[in-house]
Amino acid sequence: MAAHRCGLSLVCILIFSSLAHPSSCDTLEKANDNTAEKRSISEVNTDGSVAGEALNERQWQSTDAEVDRSDSTTHSEALTPAAARDEFQEELVIRPLHSGDIYASFQFRTLWDTDFLQEGQKVSHYRLFPKSLGQVLSKFSVRELHISFTQGFWRTMQWGQPFIPSPPGAELWVWFHDTVSDVDGNWKELTNVLSGIFCASLNFIDLTNTVQPSASFKPLGLGNATDHRFLRYATLPREIVCTENLTPWKKLLPCGSKAGLAVLMKSEKLFHSSFHSQAVHIRPICQDEQCSSKAWELRQTLNVVFDLHTSGQGKKEWSLFKMFSRTLTEACPLASSSKVYVDITDNPEGELFELSPATPLLGQAVVLGDRRTYSVYDLSRAETFGQLRSFNLLLRWKGDSGDMLRPLLHAERYVAGFGLQTGEIHTVIYNNHPYRAFPVLLMDSVPWYLQLYIHTLTVTSKSRDNKPSYIHYQPAKDRHRPHLLEMLIQLPPHSMTEVTVQFERALLKWTEYTPDPNHDLTSIVPVKEESSYFVRVYTEPLLVNLPTPDFSMPYNVICLTCTVVAVGYGSFYNLLTRTFQVDEPSPPLSKRLANLIRRMRGVPLLT
Amino acid sequence: MDGTLFRSVNKFFIIAFCLDIKSYKSFMHRPDSFFLATKMAAPLTLLLIVAVTIRAVLFRSSLAELISARVEVVSPLNAWKRVVEGLALLDLGVSPYSGDVFHETPLMIYLFHFTVDYAEIVFIVTDGITALALYLSIQTYNKDVFRKQKYALESDRYSADCLELLRSPKEMFYIPLKVAMFYLLNPFTILSCVAKSTCGLNNAIIALFIFCTLKGSALLSGILLALATYQSIYPLTLFAPALLFFLQRLYIPVNLRRSSFWFFTLQYAFMYVGSLVVITGLSFFLLGSWDFIPSVYGFIFSVPDLTPNIGLFWYFFAEMFEHFRLFFSCVFQINVFFYTIPLSIKLKEHPVFLIFMQIAIISIFKSYPTVGDVALYMAFLPAWSHLYRFLRNIFLVSCVLLACSALFPVLWHLWIYAGSANSNFYYAITLLFNFGQILLVADYFYAYLRREHHLTHGLYLKKKDGTEATLVLK
Repeated sequence: MAAHRCGLSLVCILIFSSLAHPSSCDTLEKANDNTAEKRSISEVNTDGSVAGEALNERQWQSTDAEVDRSDSTTHSEALTPAAARDEFQEELVIRPLHSGDIYASFQFRTLWDTDFLQEGQKVSHYRLFPKSLGQVLSKFSVRELHISFTQGFWRTMQWGQPFIPSPPGAELWVWFHDTVSDVDGNWKELTNVLSGIFCASLNFIDLTNTVQPSASFKPLGLGNATDHRFLRYATLPREIVCTENLTPWKKLLPCGSKAGLAVLMKSEKLFHSSFHSQAVHIRPICQDEQCSSKAWELRQTLNVVFDLHTSGQGKKEWSLFKMFSRTLTEACPLASSSKVYVDITDNPEGELFELSPATPLLGQAVVLGDRRTYSVYDLSRAETFGQLRSFNLLLRWKGDSGDMLRPLLHAERYVAGFGLQTGEIHTVIYNNHPYRAFPVLLMDSVPWYLQLYIHTLTVTSKSRDNKPSYIHYQPAKDRHRPHLLEMLIQLPPHSMTEVTVQFERALLKWTEYTPDPNHDLTSIVPVKEESSYFVRVYTEPLLVNLPTPDFSMPYNVICLTCTVVAVGYGSFYNLLTRTFQVDEPSPPLSKRLANLIRRMRGVPLLT
Repeated sequence: MDGTLFRSVNKFFIIAFCLDIKSYKSFMHRPDSFFLATKMAAPLTLLLIVAVTIRAVLFRSSLAELISARVEVVSPLNAWKRVVEGLALLDLGVSPYSGDVFHETPLMIYLFHFTVDYAEIVFIVTDGITALALYLSIQTYNKDVFRKQKYALESDRYSADCLELLRSPKEMFYIPLKVAMFYLLNPFTILSCVAKSTCGLNNAIIALFIFCTLKGSALLSGILLALATYQSIYPLTLFAPALLFFLQRLYIPVNLRRSSFWFFTLQYAFMYVGSLVVITGLSFFLLGSWDFIPSVYGFIFSVPDLTPNIGLFWYFFAEMFEHFRLFFSCVFQINVFFYTIPLSIKLKEHPVFLIFMQIAIISIFKSYPTVGDVALYMAFLPAWSHLYRFLRNIFLVSCVLLACSALFPVLWHLWIYAGSANSNFYYAITLLFNFGQILLVADYFYAYLRREHHLTHGLYLKKKDGTEATLVLK
C-alpha cells in the first residue's frame, strides 16, 4: 500500500502598514493613557521599517486609541523611575467566542533588570527570573528566544485572531547575538538544551528543518539587527504537546503552580480542550524612554480554547471551576499585578450573557485593531474574593451566540493532484477588507523530500497574475536543508489570492521514514501578517503522502539485485576467461581407473 | 511555431545534404561506394522525414506532457523540467547548483539559455544528427570490415569451410540505413525525444565521437570523448576502444615495449585530457564556481536521489543498510568501469564491437539509466545481424524486453496511482528488464566470439573420432 507521510511546510504572511508595532501581547491596561507617551514607546520599539501608510480612521481605531497592549505595559514600566528591580505580573484574559467556545489566555511577565550580554559580566544572582533560562541565554549568547508548543489548530474562521498565533506542534525561533561566530553550532546545542528544559523533542531540530528567513522575522525587542545570519527558525509540526511539557513550563514561574493564576493549570483540564498552546518569549527591552538601561523580559503565555458547549450537556454556561476544576484564592505574592479580564465587548448591555460576580471595574484596550471592553478583576484586592475567600467567575449565556466572525485576513492551504508522484501546493489567502489592499509577506518552508519546482510558481488574484514584488528562494539540499520561499505579495481589497507551486515526491531510504508511515504525520504551515498592528497567520498543517518502499524487503532486495549483477558479471567473466573448444567426452570411469593402474605398472595405456 | 518547425526541417535537410556531399567527394575515386552513397540518399531522406513527422506530431499532442513525466524516460539527471527549473533559478539570481533539483552541466545551461524557446527543434535535430552520425559510422565500418575480410581471404587466414560466414556487400548494403532506422524509429528514442530528455544530446555526442573515431580524426575524437565524459562521466570507458581503433588504423601494434605505442597513447590521452580540462575550465568561468562538480558528478556517483527508474540502483539503495551504503555504492560504480580492462584485452582486434559492448554495459549498470540510453546501443544491433545464427536466446530476450516495456507503465500506475500494488512490483520489472538486457549483450558477445572462432577453426568441427563436434567454453 502506498504509505503516507506528511510534508512539513510553513507559510508566513506578514502585512506591513503604518505603525509597525511589535506584536501584541496579552497585557491589558486601561486605554486612556497619554498619547504622547505612548508614541514615544512605540518609537522605541519599532523595527525601523515603518511604512507611512495612512489608515482609515473609521475602520481602524485612531492612532491615539491604538495602544498595543504590550506597549502600554512597557510604557507603564518605563514610567517607573526605580527600575533596578525585577518585576512579575500575571493576568488571565477570558473571551467568550462567538462559536460558544471559551478562550482563556494566561500571561506571566517577568522583567529582569540586568544586561548579562555585556563583556565580562557574570550574573549569578537570580530572583524572579528562572535560572535555567538565564544560564541558557548567557551561555549561547541568545538575543531573543521564542518557543511555542501547540496542540490543535487555531480556527481563525470561527474564533477570530488569537492574541499570539502559533503553529501546531513546536515552533522555535532565536536571534543570536552578533558576536556569535558559529551560529549553527550554538543553535544545535541550544535546541538540545531546550529539549531538556521543556521535555520536548526539540533535539529533532537539525539542519534539515532549520531555515534562515530573510524578511519574515524581525527582532521583537531592542535593536535593529537585520542580519538574518543570526536568525534561526524551525518548526516541528509532529510534536505532541502534553503534560510533560506543561510541568517544566510551570516550574519557570516564580510562584510555581502553588499560588496565583497558575493554580488553575491542572493538566487534565487544560489538555481536554480544542486548542492548547503554551509559549515562552524572551527579549531585551528598554527600561525607560532614553533606553539608558536594558532589561530582559520573559513572557510565558498559555492559551486554551475550551469547548464547554458540547461537554456541558447542552447548557451554555461556564465558570472558572468548570473550566479548570479550581477556583482562585489569592494572587501570587511575588506579583506586582495580578488581574483577570473578561471580554464583554459584544455584551455591553448584558443581553448576551450574564457575568457574576459583577465588577465595577471596566477596562478598554485596542487589540489587533479592535477596541475591546473588559471587566477587570484585580486579585490583589481582598474584596475580589468576597466572603468565601475564593473567586469563581461564572458566566451564563442568555441568548444564542452571535454571528460568525469574518476575519479580515485568513489563509488556508492544501495539496492538489493525485497519485504519489507529483502534486501541487495551493495556498489561498483571503483579504476580506472591502477597500484596502494589504502587502503580505508569505513564507513557506518545505522539507527537502518534496522537490519544489519554482518555475511553476503562480500567484493569482481575481483571476489575474499577481507578480510578487520580492522573492527570496533557497532551494533544498537533499538531507541537508529545506526549501525556503519568501514572497511579498500585494493583496487587492476583497479578494482571494492563490499561490500554487508544483512539487515532486521523493522516494526515501527505508530508514528515513518516520515510524509508522502508513499513518500520517503532520506538517505545518505558518503565515503572518501585520497592519497597524502586526498579525501573523499560520495556515493549517499540510499532509503529504510519500511513496514508500517495502520495509520488510531489505534482505530480499539486496540478494535479488546482487544476483542480477552477478549474472551480468558471471556471463561476461565466462566469456572473457574461457575459450571455445571441441567437446570431447571424457572416458568412462572404469577405463580411467584401468589407465591409472596401467600407468603405475608402466604398461601402455588404453585409448 | 509551425513556420519555425518547417524552417528547422529545411535546415535539417541542408545538413543532411552537406554530409552527403562530403561522403560523395570522399567516395569519388571509388565508383562502387559512390554508387552506394547516392542510391542510399533517398531512403535516408525518407526515413528522416518520417522520424521528424512522428516527433513533431507527438510534440503537438497531449501525450507529450504525459511522456515527459514518465520515470522510465526521464531521470533526475536529464529531465527537461529540471533544465527549466535551473534556468528559472538562474533568473532568480540563485545558483542552479545550490539546490538539489538541477544536475545538468554548465554548458547545458548555456546551450538552453539561448535555445529554450526552440527546445523541440533542438531535440529533433539532435536525434537526426545522431542517426546520421551512426549511419555514416556504420557505413565506414562496413567498408573497413569488407576490406579486412578481403585481406584475410587473400592471405588465407580463414579456414576453408567458413565461406558461408563471410559477409557480402549485398548483405551489408542496407545495414547503415537499418542502424539509422533502429535509432530514429525506436519507440525508446521517440519517447526520449518527446520528453525532451537531455539524454538525446548525450547520445548525439557519443554518436559523433564514434563517427570521428571511425573516420580517423584523433583530435575531434578526443574532444568529443571529453565532451561526452564531461556530460555524464561514464563514457570515460570509451577511451580504450577509441585508442585501440586508432592503433589498429595506424598499424601500431599493442606492445607495451614499443615507443610508438606509448607515443600515440600519450598523444591521444593528451588530446582527451586537455580538452576535458579546457571544457571544465570553461564551465568554471561561465558560472564562476566549482559547485557543479559535486552537483553533477557527485550526484552521479553517490546516488542520493532514489526516484525509481529502469536501473538497478534506486531500490537497492533505498533498501540498503546504512553502514553498507558506501561499500555497495563503490562496488556498483566500479562494476560499470571494471569491464573495460578485460574486454579491451579480449576484443583488442575488434574495437568497434568493443565500443558497442561498453555503451551497452554503461546503459545497463549506470546509476540513472533511461530508455534513451538503451536506444543508443540497440541501434547497433543491425550492424551485428551476421551474428544472428549464433544467438542462443534472442527470442526469449526479445519477449522479455517487450513484455517489460509494456509492464513498466502498468505496474507504475498500480503502485503510484491505484495503490493496489507496491514498490516491489515495479522493482521486479526493472530487475527483469535488466536481466533481459544482460542476456542480450552477453548473447551478442558470445556470438561474436564464436564467429571469430569458427572463422579460424572452420565452421563444421569434427571430433577426434570424426563425428560432429559441439563447441563448449572451457
